[in-house]
Amino acid sequence: MYVYDKYDQAIVDARVAEFKDQVGRRLRNEITEDQFKPLRLMNGLYLQLHAYMLRVAIPYGTLSGTQMAALADIGRKYDRDYGHFTTRQNIQYNWIKLEQFSDLLDDLSKVEMHAFQTSGNCIRNISSDQFAGAAADELADPRPYAELLRQWSTLHPEFSFLPRKFKIAVIASETDRAAIQLHDIGLQLRKNNAGDLGFRVYVGGGMGRTPIIGKIVRDFIPMSQFLSYSEAILRVYNRYGRRDNIYKARIKILVTELGIEEFTAQVEAEWALLEPLGLDAPKAEYDRIIAQFPEPDYDLSASDTLDLSDPDFAVWVKQNVHGHKQPGYAIATISLKPKRGIPGDASSDQMDVVADVAKRYAQDEIRVTHSQNLVLAHVKKADLYAVWQALDAADLATPNLDLVTDIIVCPGMDYCTLANARSIPIAQRIAAKFETNLPEQQDIGELKIKVSGCINGCGHHHAGHIGILGVDKKGEEAYQLLLGGSGAEDASLAKILGPGFDENGIVAAVDKLIAFYRTARAAPDERFLDTYRRLGAAPFKQAVYG
Amino acid sequence: MSRILTGNRLETGDVLYWAGSDWSTRIADAIAIGDEGEALVAQHIAAERINDPVLIDVTGEPGNFLPTTTRERVRASGPSVRADLARGSLSVEVI
Repeated sequence: MYVYDKYDQAIVDARVAEFKDQVGRRLRNEITEDQFKPLRLMNGLYLQLHAYMLRVAIPYGTLSGTQMAALADIGRKYDRDYGHFTTRQNIQYNWIKLEQFSDLLDDLSKVEMHAFQTSGNCIRNISSDQFAGAAADELADPRPYAELLRQWSTLHPEFSFLPRKFKIAVIASETDRAAIQLHDIGLQLRKNNAGDLGFRVYVGGGMGRTPIIGKIVRDFIPMSQFLSYSEAILRVYNRYGRRDNIYKARIKILVTELGIEEFTAQVEAEWALLEPLGLDAPKAEYDRIIAQFPEPDYDLSASDTLDLSDPDFAVWVKQNVHGHKQPGYAIATISLKPKRGIPGDASSDQMDVVADVAKRYAQDEIRVTHSQNLVLAHVKKADLYAVWQALDAADLATPNLDLVTDIIVCPGMDYCTLANARSIPIAQRIAAKFETNLPEQQDIGELKIKVSGCINGCGHHHAGHIGILGVDKKGEEAYQLLLGGSGAEDASLAKILGPGFDENGIVAAVDKLIAFYRTARAAPDERFLDTYRRLGAAPFKQAVYG
Repeated sequence: MSRILTGNRLETGDVLYWAGSDWSTRIADAIAIGDEGEALVAQHIAAERINDPVLIDVTGEPGNFLPTTTRERVRASGPSVRADLARGSLSVEVI
């Protein structure tokens, strides 16, 4: 894992000191709320329905056991004993007090964490593949390049006041576990014909009010030049992005309005000016950062077999454990979607359990997924049973990864000021129909349900095989139903199926969709999404609306 | 239909209701606001100690006011999915 050098720590310390001063001035009424609000948002502090909400950055979703334990302590000391892992691989606390905020920032900075650039019109937390460094199908660990992007984008003076927020994701596999085509910039590591590493660059993807799948702006940019190329993209966006209309201010609108050919031409022209200036990191800096993501010290004699005689363990292994590139090791996903739970929530005690398990069995490393689960990327197979036992005792071993109960959900109107409807209760009611019947869930197979409480789409409803969008209908909560989305390498945008529903109606509609799918699939292993793509919307619409 | 005044305390973010001479965290303590409402909002905006002071519509009588919107009912009671965190003056059941 990357460890801060003196510059990283100095930046965080200076920013923390600056914001602590700003908090103090606000509490003493030396500045107004109108003056303070943009400052607190730049530091990840929102005012939500019930209290202040703090979003803490977890760079590319990777954190150590020590950091996870610190997040647990923050939940205890400053919140109500829990945190919420988000669809951008961050964590949010819902009950923060401004008067305690300075102490909280100190606690975070002691473990090389902070909250800045988790809000505002800047480059947000860089996201990546939760299996990075462990997946058999990756070309290289993508996280050193995500870390370079983090350093480049941190307090970048030119990009601190962009037209709108800006999200970048980096992967190194053909399998897309980070939804790169739905980001402002998506970077996919690949090799050219000469065998050199570089990136395919997608631009202009996103969800929210105007969902768009990103387009390729360059099929290959050499590794040594991807920072200056990213800078060129940001410069074109910063110059021409629509600052006149917040709903048209994301880069996806600029790319759409210009057309990808013209946008590409402008980026290439800008890059031709930028590239000779030497903005790219020198090789020594690449080497320094790459050296901080070393291969784990694998036990080369580790057994590659598993004792699956415990049937509950075997079920968990089948559903939540993936193959690792190193024989004798496995990747274990910790579901944060337990029965009757709130997707993405973890208590402080649960975070401590994960921290402890990571330290003992998983190279002291944890990943947060955009599906609001956690991952232990390097577990020796011989230790998997002990890991499962520890997780199971803490209600962290629900074997439902990618199944119907593994639902992505934004906080919705239970917490969020932007929401038009509650999203968590919808997910809970859908899950309740299946969560006691694992064989039924397994029979349904991979089914990604994603629920957002408003058009901003934090619950990724446009990328859901089944997407649900909460809307306000004359003061009442209502829900639109969408089908056919995917955030994976086969990216597609879900489309509205028909008229919306109330809470009972949307739950019943999902039930009908699943029942129809089970009768209509071509084979038991045909996914819901593939059945929808094969048959089209009409029969699904008939099943729901009659 | 009545109106009451609500906002969030600067120091803590707590949801508050205007109780006549001071703020309360309990909607049960809220008083109905008459024509003085807009002036009261302006006064608290100027004082800069309460964030987002706003008048909201409620039904019912003093002591049992119920906001007309789901959003405000959630604010008054707490998250509907965490009854253990409910504020006490209004059950999450009313959401």
